[in-house]
Amino acid sequence: MRNVFIGALVVALLACWQTPVRSDEYTREDLKKWDDAYRYMVKEGEKWFHSGALGGNSVSCDMCHPNASDTHPETYPKFQKQLGKVVGLRDMINWCIQNPEQGKVLAADDPKMIALEAYITWERRGVKLAPGKH
Amino acid sequence: MRNGIDRRTFLKGAGLLGAAAALPMGLVEIVWGKAPDQKFTFAYISDAHLTHIKGTEFVQNFDKGLRKAVFEVNFLDPQPDFVVFGGDLAQLGKKEEIDHGREIMKELTTPVKWVMGEHDYYLDLGEYWRKNFGPDHYSFDHKGVHFVVLNSILTDDYWTHEKWPTAEERMHQMARLDNPHGSPFMVKDAQRAWLKNDLAKISKDTPLVVLSHSPLYKVFKPWNFWTDDAEKVQALLKPFRQVTVFHGHVHQVLYNQIGHISFNAFMSTAWPWPYPVSYSQKPNKIPDITVFMNRADPFKERDGTGWGHIDIAGRNGFAHHYGLWENTPRTVEKDARMAHPSDTKYQDPKDRIPPQTRY
Ligand code: HEC
Ligand SMILES: [Fe+2]
Ligand SMILES: [Fe+2]
Repeated sequence: MRNVFIGALVVALLACWQTPVRSDEYTREDLKKWDDAYRYMVKEGEKWFHSGALGGNSVSCDMCHPNASDTHPETYPKFQKQLGKVVGLRDMINWCIQNPEQGKVLAADDPKMIALEAYITWERRGVKLAPGKH
Repeated sequence: MRNGIDRRTFLKGAGLLGAAAALPMGLVEIVWGKAPDQKFTFAYISDAHLTHIKGTEFVQNFDKGLRKAVFEVNFLDPQPDFVVFGGDLAQLGKKEEIDHGREIMKELTTPVKWVMGEHDYYLDLGEYWRKNFGPDHYSFDHKGVHFVVLNSILTDDYWTHEKWPTAEERMHQMARLDNPHGSPFMVKDAQRAWLKNDLAKISKDTPLVVLSHSPLYKVFKPWNFWTDDAEKVQALLKPFRQVTVFHGHVHQVLYNQIGHISFNAFMSTAWPWPYPVSYSQKPNKIPDITVFMNRADPFKERDGTGWGHIDIAGRNGFAHHYGLWENTPRTVEKDARMAHPSDTKYQDPKDRIPPQTRY
């Protein structure tokens, strides 16, 4: 009888926490899964960065930015003198898609945009944040 | 050098003053030891990367660069003795691209000396290029200077002949500068044997100018700013008292001195490349003496590109006038008194300007 009562209590508690595990307890498997998901996006970004299909004229980002060099993700948001205002990294990504590549801008939540950002920042890992730096 | 050289007159008539502002001061004048009247000038155009899209469509941006250079070289007055094309006429080695480039270059009024680039080579191993422009390594004598042209973009036999399923795939792989599956450039044994033989006939006090596509020294392997057998080539050049190497491929202002051999890069007409110091993940051997070119403004299509002319003059001397479109012209020169090539305006660190800081 007593065991049944405790069992019921546990079930009730679990039900009101929604999940069987405490939220601050994640496993190595979880970490691996999240890391894999991230690495997948970096790979996707690398692919788009080196693809002539992002724009309209077969020119790709890596032609002018090997290893995503000279994209300076650590400096954004910053004042972009040509646009006359403070913009984010994705605004310059879109600018380079439109201009040297004669392509169409990507929405901020387009998976291709997220992938490009993932690849660009991965190639710049370890560099100190320098927001605003020109 | 500063004393020995008159600035060339670039314009044929006063009516062209408008064009004058846009003209780069890109000639390189080389004056060599033997006699003052040996002074002469050649111009160069390099790394045009004409890119075929489909049918008769090409990437406009890169077409404009090459056309602008050809137009401006034709306005040099006096005319240079010849024009060097520094390699990478095509982007993917296609017949369409080489034909298109040949037609644009035909407008030049002076003879052209051609250098092979990897973008011209790795589709058909240079066959169509050689059919149009002749051999990929050769030498010639001009006003007392011995010129040698090398094909420095050869690589490993397995990579070239076996690794890739198709010629197109091989070309695509080599065209990617930051390719982790790439392969380092080499001059290779056969050409080095040819070079040794060619130089055996030349007296050691003859000024030597070597033209190659990749730098004949080691800067940054991951992007092939690199020639793997560079030391062996340098050893063949070393017995000569006056040696200058000019090369393409790096699309930037870059100069170096190793022993008494000076090295100097051509600009590209298509696009500028970042300096390897801007890639934080790998170490590089960028020469300390190079004053970097200004960061390019991507909103100006021709910024960071251009052509140049080289005055050959005086003992072991040259003055390389960089024509930098949308940008202040620069001159890098070297004479017998100087330990290495130097920028005439910015060499001293206190004279540098903020856009020359690259990171
Ligand atoms: C034809 C050459 C060219 C191509 C192609 C190109 N860019 Fe650029 N881009 C430049 C140049 C030049 C700069 C200025 C670099 C500097 O500030 O030193 C630049 C700047 C940028 C910047 C801002 C860096 C800064 O610090 O201001 C970003 C981000 C960028 N590019 C991303 C891209 C992406 C993504 C692509 C592909 C969609 C691309 N670029 C394609 C030439 C190019
Ligand atoms: Fe090139
Ligand atoms: Fe090249």
